[in-house]
Amino acid sequence: MAAVATCGTGAGSTGSVVAAGSKNHVTSFQRRGPRASGSDSSYSRLVSIAGTRPSVRNGQLLVSTGLPALDQLLGGGLAVGTVLLIEEDKYNIYSSLLFKYFLAEGIINGHTLLVASAKEDPADILQELPAPLLDDNFKKDFDEEACNHKTAESNIKMKIAWRYQLLPKMEAGPVSSSRFGHYYDASKKMPQELIEASKWHGFFFPEKSSSTLNIEPCSLTHGYIKLLQFIQNIIYEEGFDGSNPQKKQKNILRIGIQNLGSPLWGDDICCTENGNSHSLTKFLYVLRGLLRTSLSACMITMPTHLIQNKAIISRVTNLSDTVVGLESFIGSERETNPLYKDYHGLIHIRQIPRLNNLIYDVSDVKDLAFKLKRKLFTIEKTDLGYSGI
Amino acid sequence: VTKGKLTLLCDANTDGSFLVHHFLSFYLKANCKVCFVALIQSFSHYNIVGQKLGVSLTVARECGQLVFLEGLKSSVDVFFRAQAEPHPLQFLREANAENLQPLYEFVREALKPVDDGEAAWRCPVLLVDDLSVLLSLGMGAVAVLDFIHYCRATVCWERKGNIVALVHDSGDTEDEENNILLNGLSHQSHLILRAEGLATGFCRDVHGQLRILWRTPSQPTTQRDQSLTYQYKIQDKSVSFFAKGMSPAVL
Repeated sequence: MAAVATCGTGAGSTGSVVAAGSKNHVTSFQRRGPRASGSDSSYSRLVSIAGTRPSVRNGQLLVSTGLPALDQLLGGGLAVGTVLLIEEDKYNIYSSLLFKYFLAEGIINGHTLLVASAKEDPADILQELPAPLLDDNFKKDFDEEACNHKTAESNIKMKIAWRYQLLPKMEAGPVSSSRFGHYYDASKKMPQELIEASKWHGFFFPEKSSSTLNIEPCSLTHGYIKLLQFIQNIIYEEGFDGSNPQKKQKNILRIGIQNLGSPLWGDDICCTENGNSHSLTKFLYVLRGLLRTSLSACMITMPTHLIQNKAIISRVTNLSDTVVGLESFIGSERETNPLYKDYHGLIHIRQIPRLNNLIYDVSDVKDLAFKLKRKLFTIEKTDLGYSGI
Repeated sequence: VTKGKLTLLCDANTDGSFLVHHFLSFYLKANCKVCFVALIQSFSHYNIVGQKLGVSLTVARECGQLVFLEGLKSSVDVFFRAQAEPHPLQFLREANAENLQPLYEFVREALKPVDDGEAAWRCPVLLVDDLSVLLSLGMGAVAVLDFIHYCRATVCWERKGNIVALVHDSGDTEDEENNILLNGLSHQSHLILRAEGLATGFCRDVHGQLRILWRTPSQPTTQRDQSLTYQYKIQDKSVSFFAKGMSPAVL
């Protein structure tokens, strides 16, 4: 099964990734790197960036989303230089959790983080990140649960056991792990020393909104212009775009933007149908340009269920690379549907990019549900396609 | 290579970018001079796919056969730094850009005939991927239609070249501007290639359906337009076509 295969290669040390990488290096080394405008000599360094691996399909450099199950559905992970758009579930519960997994994965891998929000202070968001699952902690909990749930079905036990086999031997200290993709315990917080050891930049819109603009007003809202300038500044100053030969960046910039499009950013597309119809799409276009020319990967959560003008949603989808929609069962009629009783919601893979390729990795499975149980977020195939809903 | 034609590529419920890659490699191999306005992906993306299809964009660009406007990269330059000279994408900086004249000037300049006796290319070709993005960037459908009209006058009539452009069909998402653009271009096109997702949903062996429609826009439609429909499956280095229901997976 694909999941086991990818976990297998990830469980090996970075050494094995490098070996695979150097084999590709000779034949089609252009695929190695992202579309950074840096010279070819930077490509050989890219292979050894922590927390990345080349796609088995086309050698594209990938990072983990923080949720190995989601990585598998996306063809191995999130490609460096691209945008992952998460369509928020109705109360922003699970999308906010995915956002945190993404950032937590960045901390574990030693990536630089850029956290942007109009609602919460990024420093607070970082405090709320889930703790990574370590071998001995998990074993202890597993033993406890085994006692408490003595009538657990054998499938569940096997599922847990299967994951247990693949957990890494992780150091507890602030050292980046050699594994690709980690599991997180949603009930525990990330250790303070790991957060403090990480490098991050926060953009909290209410704090930045008062400063003046030095760009002509185009049709972008104030908040989006400021955010773009902030992102561009970090990319340039810290050398993620390879433009400065002095700053040889060997790291990935993980950009996380929360609730983009919501009124808190100053955009009115969630309030009215005739709102500013170009601000968000223009933002996404320039952001895409920034990402394609730097060593970064971006996750955006967006309350698309609130956007009044449906045309904007389809344009936003076209301007994003990977699009995943979350639909939670809370408050919907599906909550009481016996078919769905084990799950918390559905996950829809709406779009997967074809990068450097005519084809892409498309999972055959189309009906996917997720649940957050016993601290783990799991995604499973369901046979609910013909339930008539 | 026919001349003076406007070909419209359109995708509905699926990704029609394989058509763009096809036409790019087709015209480069046919020794035409190509101006590619690539708004939605990076140069290296097209280059890598191009290599699978047998062309090198790097070589074509270096020897002057290909003029490549890399929209994403240029947009970053234009947006963050004021430009001294007019830039084809300068509408990104403007609050209410009226038209796409700078972009048209860029195309006209790129495809102007060279008369210093060097190896003449065959007809000039303008390729755009894709026009729907221009709507997302704040241009109205009318401005985009005007842009194509001007390009058509120069490229198709004056210089006997071709234009190939991709527009997304947004289906039932009520994107009026996009519908205006799509309908307007459909009426002007000589050839429409429409890639559609299958009505029955995702299928591993048949990725979609391609409808080909030949039109004669200058004549009244007393003659019936010819059309053909194929189903296709996209592979790593090519696309295979077959008649409806005749997928090798089914037979």
